[in-house]
Amino acid sequence: MPDDVNLATYNADALTEDLSDAVPAASGTAPQAVPAEAPRVETQQDLSAEIKALGEAYARALKDGAPKETQPRLDFAPYRSSILRHPTKSLHHADPETIELHSPAFGHQDVHALEADLTIQHNGEPQGERIIVAGRVLDGDGRPVAGQLVEIWQANSSGRYIHKRDQHPAPLDPNFTGVGRCITGPDGSYRFTTIKPGAYPWKNHLNAWRPAHIHFSLFGTEFTQRIVTQMYFPGDQLFPLDPIYQSIVDQDARDRLVATYDHDLTEPEWALGYNWDIVLTGSKRTWTENEALGAEGDDHE
Amino acid sequence: MSKLTATPGQTVGPFYGYALPYAKDRELLAPGSPGSIRLQGTVYDGAGHPIPDAILEIWQPDADGNIVRRTGSLVRDGYTFTGFGRSAVGNTGVYTFTTVNPGPTEPGAAAFISVAVFARGLMNRLFTRVYLPENEEALAKDPLLSSLDPERRKTLIARRDADGGLTWDIRLQGGDETVFLDFEGTGTEGASQ
Repeated sequence: MPDDVNLATYNADALTEDLSDAVPAASGTAPQAVPAEAPRVETQQDLSAEIKALGEAYARALKDGAPKETQPRLDFAPYRSSILRHPTKSLHHADPETIELHSPAFGHQDVHALEADLTIQHNGEPQGERIIVAGRVLDGDGRPVAGQLVEIWQANSSGRYIHKRDQHPAPLDPNFTGVGRCITGPDGSYRFTTIKPGAYPWKNHLNAWRPAHIHFSLFGTEFTQRIVTQMYFPGDQLFPLDPIYQSIVDQDARDRLVATYDHDLTEPEWALGYNWDIVLTGSKRTWTENEALGAEGDDHE
Repeated sequence: MSKLTATPGQTVGPFYGYALPYAKDRELLAPGSPGSIRLQGTVYDGAGHPIPDAILEIWQPDADGNIVRRTGSLVRDGYTFTGFGRSAVGNTGVYTFTTVNPGPTEPGAAAFISVAVFARGLMNRLFTRVYLPENEEALAKDPLLSSLDPERRKTLIARRDADGGLTWDIRLQGGDETVFLDFEGTGTEGASQ
């Protein structure tokens, strides 16, 4: 460990100075208690052991007939910042009503077509490996989600976010902001041109690194389908070490966040292509014929 | 039709601040315009501390209870009410929207605003609702509220301020934890495993 590491910051999340939710232990009790001595620095080995134990417990539960989990656990202590931020009561089942069965409408007033290209937002070419990320947004019944908003944000090729609180000492790229938007086509398709993001360190524990990822924010045809998630790249060696990726304890479910290299999307002499399809939850509403045909919003592509 | 399994969510993380906010994101109509109200509150963690890195979205009918189907939430023209807004909290955990009191979408129904909550440290978005406090009769027969015990029910009802605004806090964890909703009914989104 380097000598100048400030140990106190290693119980804080991310690269911020905010220690408000740093807790001495995973118990979640007495969060305001000040430990008598400096807390022991948590290592990747500590975290990996916790992640492994939770994964093994899930495997045993599956064997005993528990249903497969398809979403991240809200309560996943290896991601330390979740300890005080997850509901402890079960989510309350509700039948969606009225407004929840519809979604905000987005269109070409909201998003310009050029916002889908993150490599042309400045005067020069950004550093790094140019990539195309494309796929379709579908609902749980396999219907294309047409005319809806997709937003992405990401680190640059050296693993640095332009966000002011990112203090990772990797270079900012004056030609890369890392924010894009698009409106899905009539077939639910989206397509971004960007730069492959770098992995970056964070302060969940000592030597914590996030696998390279792109944040995705998606709307469906109903507000109940709203999700924010992260897309990862195939074969990343950091997957087993990452508490955020591993908060999805089911391997099949985790795999759904990993894009596929797709040579048909790759453009000669230009950019490598990755395919990633996104499935939202199923529709709860009775669809009209026009909606079923994909005539939502002003999808005049 | 074949049922597909939904893609998992992931935390919004700490760095959404340069990506998700946009100009007038929290102004569903211009502050001070006729009929406008303030909807404001604080997001708290399980220790009772304000969370400085949460972001909220609201989606609501207009004052007459109509579900608006107008584009222009991201680039507001200053006149079109779209029903959608987004507000990141500030350093003290406070979010603010300028909006209208939503009307009931059906005669006699309780009026509410649909809310999605995102935060660093929150693994997946949470859905909830904020109800207007006035129509006691409608609140009493609301299907969701009437399925909750009185203590929990209170967490979904805003307080009316003297100036006509609404105050509604969100508590992610603890004894007075806000009621969060599972629309899937599959148990796969449950907090307790």
